[in-house]
Amino acid sequence: MKKKYKKKNVLPGFGLSLGITMLYMSLIVLIPLSMVFIESSQLGWHDFIKIVTSDRVFHAYKISFATAFVAALVNAVFGLLIAWVLVRYRFPGKRIIDGFIDLPFALPTAVAGITLTTLYGKDGWLGQFFSLFHIKIAFTPIGITIALMFIGLPFVVRMVQPVLENMEKEVEEAAASLGASKQQIFLKVIFPELLPPVLAGFSLAFARGLGEYGSVVFIAGNMPMKTEIAPFMIMSKLEQFDYAGATAIAVVMLVISFVCLIVINLLQKWSRKHEFQSE
Amino acid sequence: MTTDLVRQEVKPTDGIKHAKKEVNWTKYILISLMFLYLVVFLLIPLVFIFVKAFEKGAEVYFAAITEPDALSAIKLTILVAIISVPLNVVFGIAAAWLITKFQFKGKQILLSLIELPFAVSPVIAGLVLVLFFGPRGVLGPFLNEIGLKIIFSVPGIIIATMFVTLPFVARELIPVMQAQGKTEEEAAISLGANGWQMFLRVTLPSIKWGLLYGMILCNARAIGEFGAVSVVSGHIRGETNTMPLHVEILYNEYQFSAAFAVASLMSLLALVTLLIKTWIEWRTEKH
Repeated sequence: MKKKYKKKNVLPGFGLSLGITMLYMSLIVLIPLSMVFIESSQLGWHDFIKIVTSDRVFHAYKISFATAFVAALVNAVFGLLIAWVLVRYRFPGKRIIDGFIDLPFALPTAVAGITLTTLYGKDGWLGQFFSLFHIKIAFTPIGITIALMFIGLPFVVRMVQPVLENMEKEVEEAAASLGASKQQIFLKVIFPELLPPVLAGFSLAFARGLGEYGSVVFIAGNMPMKTEIAPFMIMSKLEQFDYAGATAIAVVMLVISFVCLIVINLLQKWSRKHEFQSE
Repeated sequence: MTTDLVRQEVKPTDGIKHAKKEVNWTKYILISLMFLYLVVFLLIPLVFIFVKAFEKGAEVYFAAITEPDALSAIKLTILVAIISVPLNVVFGIAAAWLITKFQFKGKQILLSLIELPFAVSPVIAGLVLVLFFGPRGVLGPFLNEIGLKIIFSVPGIIIATMFVTLPFVARELIPVMQAQGKTEEEAAISLGANGWQMFLRVTLPSIKWGLLYGMILCNARAIGEFGAVSVVSGHIRGETNTMPLHVEILYNEYQFSAAFAVASLMSLLALVTLLIKTWIEWRTEKH
């Protein structure tokens, strides 16, 4: 009797919460999202390939890829550094800085976009220094990368921080007392633990960078074959009411995003497994 | 180095303190590097917004944020947030309740699906809504018949906002409810409380900070969303322009001071969001 009672969940609301969850998700996200695949299947394989490999679209993919990759890489390095400083060192104003890190998440992307464009323009506060060396930032791929670095800044920090906080000092102390040098401790003890969260943060920043629109569209300048990004191509096809074209570009991006998502999930699992092993 | 020495040095709580002098050097270099990076990439842009906004004086600033188009953009943005955030709260609580209190097949898939909107480009979010609700979309003929316009009007903006903000409340509540377990709620039920009483008196008090946390993040995104809203809005001035879209129009018309004035309002809100967020984190850490 007791066993049976225990097995039965007495909590109410299974049907209600299941209903609300499924209805909301299906109507807002899942059914609309499935339209992309239905719409593109009507397009036919030949036309689909023709659209996504056209010079302009292919170039936009390349720009999106390259800038998102470089930005995520920079964010991985500095994200690790920031997380390390925030967890391991004490200094005044630490809590304020910790909160400030999330500014790119809280600030509307369009605001970030116009701000960075003006800031890095030819006569902007920061742009003028680069002008001295004849380096153009706004309206070049460098500008796009800077916008994506801004947007992706918190990802790696927020992935690494909890792992670093939970890391047991004993392991490092053991390594130290066994005569390992600082570099050895960092490379052989700490870094392997931090690699999964760094990679997960990198993938998140990369995925976000691929799809980012608001902060990039201003600083990119959107010159065909030069600084057009993939989301902008979708936008411009939509403005010409070329739904099929927009959908085809979107399908490729969605597939890439899903792959990123799977990689992130696997990395997080790997990271968790790592934690248990070290315990 | 004798083991004794290492031991003594390692003991203190502040991490690895052996070879103290050298570590301090690294520490100051790393801290300075972080400050430099954050000043260039976060602080300067933030200060710049306000400097630019007040460049032509307070009068121009207030004129920019009180002209009719700006006011209607502010009103619409508030309306969108007022509708989409509570709906997101209902969804978030329901999804978190479902995932943390019950065992069922496909839970892992559901978890991934909730995170899905984060992986989808906002522009694609807008596109799929056009494909579904738009005049040439699947529901188009039906919506036309009942006289409901979703795309290129306010409902579309709200749905697009709901799409991009979907994960916010749920992903904050799931870990909180998971940690809470379900014994307290089970006790309430077996003592005769009905579902509603249990929720209001047991569940809600224990999740309120996580809920607030998710809500302010959801609100920030709802107010600032640009890409998805841009696709479905149709950019009708005074009607379907939200604040970010208004900023875009002003900027493209070279009205930079006005654009930054409206932008500064949203930046202020972003700062308030960060402040509340930090305060909640500080609170939960203390307890």
